[in-house]
Amino acid sequence: MFLIKCPYCGENRSELEFRWAGEAHIARPENIAEISNEEFAEYFFLRDNTKGVAYERWRHIHGCGRFFNAIRDTVSDNFLLTYKAGLPRQPVPGSAPVSPDAPEGGAA
Amino acid sequence: MTKKSFRIKGAGRLTPARTARFTFDGKTYTAYEGDTVASALLANGVHLMGRSFKYHRARGVLSAGAEEPNALIDVARDAARRQPNVRASVQEVFDGAIIQSQNRWPTLAFDTGAINNLLSPFFAAGFYYKTFMWPKEAWAKLYEPIIRRAAGLGVAPKEDDPDHYANRFAHCDVLVAGAGVAGLTAALSAAETGAEVILVDERADVGGALLFDTSTMIDGKPGYDWAQDVLGRLKAMANVTVLTRTTAFGYYTHNFIGLAERVTDHLPRPGKNLPRERLWQVRAKKVIMATGAIERHMVFANNDRPGIMLASAARTYLNHYGVAVGEKIGVYTAHDSAYEAAIDLKHAGVEIAAIVDCRANPGEAVVSAARALGIEVLTGHCVLDTSGRLRVSSMTVSPNGGDAKRRIAIDALLMSGGWTPSVHLFSQSRGKLKFDKANDRFLPDIHVQQGVSIGACNGTDDLSALLAEAAAAGGGTLSVSGSSAYGWTGGMIGAAEGAGKDTVVKAFVDFQHDVTAKDIRLAVREGMHSIEHIKRFTTNGMASDQGKLSNMHGLAIAAEVLGKEIPQVGLTTFRAPYTPVSYGTLIAHSRGDLFDPARKTPLHGELVKEGAEFEDVGNWKRAWYFPRRGEDMHQAVNRECRTARETAGIFDASTLGKIEVVGPDAAKFLNLLYTNAWDTLKPGKCRYGIMTREDGFIYDDGVVGRLAEDRFHVTTTTGGAPRVLAHMEDYLQTEFPDLKVWLTSTTEQWAVIAVQGPKARDIIAPLVEGLDLSTEAFPHMSVAECTVMGVPARLFRVSFTGEIGFEINVPADYGASVWKAIWERGQALGACLYGTETMHVLRAEKGYLIVGQDTDGTVTPDDAGYGWAVSKKKPDFVGIRGLKRPDLIRDNRKQLVGLLTKDPTEVLEEGGQIVADPNQPKPMTMLGHVTSAYWSENLGRSIAIALVAGGRAKMGETLYVPMKDKTIAVEVTDMVFFDKDGGRIHG
Amino acid sequence: MVEFATRTLPLSGFHGGSSVASLTPAAPAQRVSLRARPEDVAALSAALGLPLPTSAKTSASAGQRTALWLGPDEWLVIDEGEGGLMAALETSGALHAATDVSHRNTAVVISGPGASKTLNGGCPLDLSRKAFPVGACARTLFGKIEVVVLRTGETEFRMEFWRSFSDYAFGLLAEAAEDAAI
Repeated sequence: MFLIKCPYCGENRSELEFRWAGEAHIARPENIAEISNEEFAEYFFLRDNTKGVAYERWRHIHGCGRFFNAIRDTVSDNFLLTYKAGLPRQPVPGSAPVSPDAPEGGAA
Repeated sequence: MTKKSFRIKGAGRLTPARTARFTFDGKTYTAYEGDTVASALLANGVHLMGRSFKYHRARGVLSAGAEEPNALIDVARDAARRQPNVRASVQEVFDGAIIQSQNRWPTLAFDTGAINNLLSPFFAAGFYYKTFMWPKEAWAKLYEPIIRRAAGLGVAPKEDDPDHYANRFAHCDVLVAGAGVAGLTAALSAAETGAEVILVDERADVGGALLFDTSTMIDGKPGYDWAQDVLGRLKAMANVTVLTRTTAFGYYTHNFIGLAERVTDHLPRPGKNLPRERLWQVRAKKVIMATGAIERHMVFANNDRPGIMLASAARTYLNHYGVAVGEKIGVYTAHDSAYEAAIDLKHAGVEIAAIVDCRANPGEAVVSAARALGIEVLTGHCVLDTSGRLRVSSMTVSPNGGDAKRRIAIDALLMSGGWTPSVHLFSQSRGKLKFDKANDRFLPDIHVQQGVSIGACNGTDDLSALLAEAAAAGGGTLSVSGSSAYGWTGGMIGAAEGAGKDTVVKAFVDFQHDVTAKDIRLAVREGMHSIEHIKRFTTNGMASDQGKLSNMHGLAIAAEVLGKEIPQVGLTTFRAPYTPVSYGTLIAHSRGDLFDPARKTPLHGELVKEGAEFEDVGNWKRAWYFPRRGEDMHQAVNRECRTARETAGIFDASTLGKIEVVGPDAAKFLNLLYTNAWDTLKPGKCRYGIMTREDGFIYDDGVVGRLAEDRFHVTTTTGGAPRVLAHMEDYLQTEFPDLKVWLTSTTEQWAVIAVQGPKARDIIAPLVEGLDLSTEAFPHMSVAECTVMGVPARLFRVSFTGEIGFEINVPADYGASVWKAIWERGQALGACLYGTETMHVLRAEKGYLIVGQDTDGTVTPDDAGYGWAVSKKKPDFVGIRGLKRPDLIRDNRKQLVGLLTKDPTEVLEEGGQIVADPNQPKPMTMLGHVTSAYWSENLGRSIAIALVAGGRAKMGETLYVPMKDKTIAVEVTDMVFFDKDGGRIHG
Repeated sequence: MVEFATRTLPLSGFHGGSSVASLTPAAPAQRVSLRARPEDVAALSAALGLPLPTSAKTSASAGQRTALWLGPDEWLVIDEGEGGLMAALETSGALHAATDVSHRNTAVVISGPGASKTLNGGCPLDLSRKAFPVGACARTLFGKIEVVVLRTGETEFRMEFWRSFSDYAFGLLAEAAEDAAI
């Protein structure tokens, strides 16, 4: 069971309190009513399902309630970084696996 | 049977004064307190403890620990408290235990299943795959039932488990798995730094190998005494939790460890308050794996007879339990450690027939010590075979590669093929293993979590190095010194002499699944080249012991046949749990009333008093119908339906989801989340809203009341409440974060009492203050804040029945009191209580849809006939683009319509498929299905709602619903069956 | 004139616990779910008469009132005295959303040396004094339900949950309290 650092609560909490919410950084098109079928399919249906480093949305649903973004290695299950919703896509911090009790800044 | 005791006076650590009596296959035996079933049976001279899985061969206990493959028993206190497949080497005896052997009929000594042993040439590896290929039809009728009957070990209990189980979440700085020399040292070292430490060991007693190893001294004391001292010190420290009889069964992601603590299995009369087992869900900052090593057996012909066991097991039975496993014992070894077993037994007065060592040059020290005691040591020799039906009686010894054979009479044979580090937890943590070629073993290489392996499981053999490694792992400054009598060398993996290539002997690799060296070779010959394929083809390592003894031997034999190095053949993955864990433990508290929360409304107690039958709606208990004396469900629902339309019905609508949407941008937000327009809704008014997902399909619906410019009272379906709120939060937080609006669930703040029917107003009027309830002042689809029986309330003029209707929302604690008052007045005026079944019928009579019943996630508002609820003016809402997708605007989509059976007494079945031509050959063209179907007492006939392709263009047409025994003709109609002009609702 | 409605408490009749953890239903209280942006916290704090906490896992108390941080823009404000929370917030003049949830929630006080063990029978949080000192609070899980846990003393917690879960919450607490005593 994962240990996830909620960027709003600032500490690691059990996966039990969280819910996965799909791929991150897929913005709803501003002009959604006008986009083409292909653009709609791209926005709503198609996902990368990355093996390896993936950008994901999570929600601390049974905690502070906030949605946030996470960079998770889907092979090792290590969270490389978690950051608040609304922030732009963050760079992958290094390539070394990050441990559950990594110090501040290491996240997750 | 013999009355003789094999207890050795002065040996072992159990107290003869404290005894326990138990039965094994109906015969009573006496044990010492602290005995395992295995040690107690051995003390009574009983070696035959089980039958093997496939060939039903007679088996004795092989080990003295969790790796036991043979001695699987059924342990019972009574009929319900019975557990099959328990390892006799682990289960402690308690007074009154009822032990049965397994996998035999009629008796353990005479088992008809043993015919399989004679037929064994037919049961080679892959037998099932090859034999039961054809004819195909025979699978379901013949092969599978026979295989199912023959397969399996013990018999699962049929009764409910009367015991209870507990759960505990825990956090610690350091979790130490294994309380042997390394684990105890590491735990003490960590504890002295002030760290929160949890130390676990699967046995009842700490010490690990010190339980049998009497020649090791630590800090100047015999090893076992030192272990007891350390245990005492640890227990006295507030920051340390010591859990014995506790298995660290799984090492999961992010240092999450599962522990199974066996609380009562060893107690004769456990207190009722005690859980049988406790699940610990531990999150450790650091995990120290001190899981030790498991001794391997030797792979040679007929190496499985009762009386043949691991050398360390015999030593444990002697030194810890005080039991000699025989009177004339042979030893067959490839490792020095077995000599110490012989030496200890010899000191205890047991005759050692010979030590047969397959190596030419064993460790000098052990050989000298053994010979000094007069023990015959045959180096460079092998055991070619054994004999004895229910107990080994002789071994056939030969020089390696030679022809000379010597038969030596024995009644027990101790084996040691060396030691396999227990890297199970490490491997579960996804750590990478490396192969130590010099010692033929896999060792931890890269730890990918915050864990460290120490001691025997890390391949650290030297005691001083081990103690230093353990102390360092604990992080403290502890210094422990120790010395062993002998350094150990040796070990082998794979088949021994006489069981190699081109031999057909039964040399068992995996005892529990009866996999022989020959089977593994056959698997390779038949094309299985990956160890994963070999494992599945032979089932090597797939028994409940998960190959703790067999994996390395199997791998070595496969590598030899393949002509590859062991690392190239690979190692199968170790998976949790390390040893079997009871379902009860994993479930812990989640059974009975605590299996899942049963949510009760504030009116529940009143509903019970009125005799309601309940149905489960999600987690809610909802009143289903209110039968009067002598009424069945049908009669009760008919009466409720009639009364609600004739006078009035009273209904508990508290489970309706409620979300308070508050803030200056509330209307703007709802405009985005619902298909309807909300800025035009005036305070004091309600509107029915439909919510679609981005794909355009209906997600939820409900009435939304505007209480003020900046405050809406949104209702959702009962089942949809949590996901609708999550859906709203998602858009609010991540797509529209600038909107000044907040959402709060108020489902449970309000008790909701619906009063529906011509007399609804008369019933509630006297209880309501501060509000004119006349239709002129408070028409259909109004909402107001007022006072009901002196408490602040929200009153809705809404209807889900087509009658004049009110929904009274009062703060939940007042709900029961208000309900009672309303029901009192209702009764005086001839009203009834009604439940969800009547609610469903009444709404269906009016053609009101239920999301999730009449819709299924592929239905658009237009499909449902609610196209009017989709705003054509709004520039944006969730679903606006999805609704324009080609497939959503094409012709002939499935649409909701009404169906009337030609025979008015025939009630359709929900889910029934609809076709145009019932005589069409199969497969028929399905036009859709029935979503709702009821008997309508008010109409005196059946009614139904259905999704039908192009349904609205088929009005008046006849379609058919083919059922198993008949075909039902139906006419397509509109969905409003009752009060088609809708006059009653405004009454 | 009509009769007045009376209150029926969701946990009335419940009592229990073990030698190490007593379980007591909390008295009815006024509760408000308060939502606001950071810039409005000062005005709302002044109106409530206590500093709304702005750090995760913390609470603030003044008199009979306690405000629990639940999220970066969310507080659960509990008044065990006269109430008046909605009115007080109304006077703040600051943008906020206040929703009365007095009857939505109910609470149990878990008290005694085994209180944290009792909660850890179903709650995955680290409730050690170091990680969860007096005054600490969090929304979390207890078994299969969502709860808010507040440490009110060295050996005392208040657990808030939605009223329909009363049977489940109390049932699991009772089993866990029993187990904590072993």
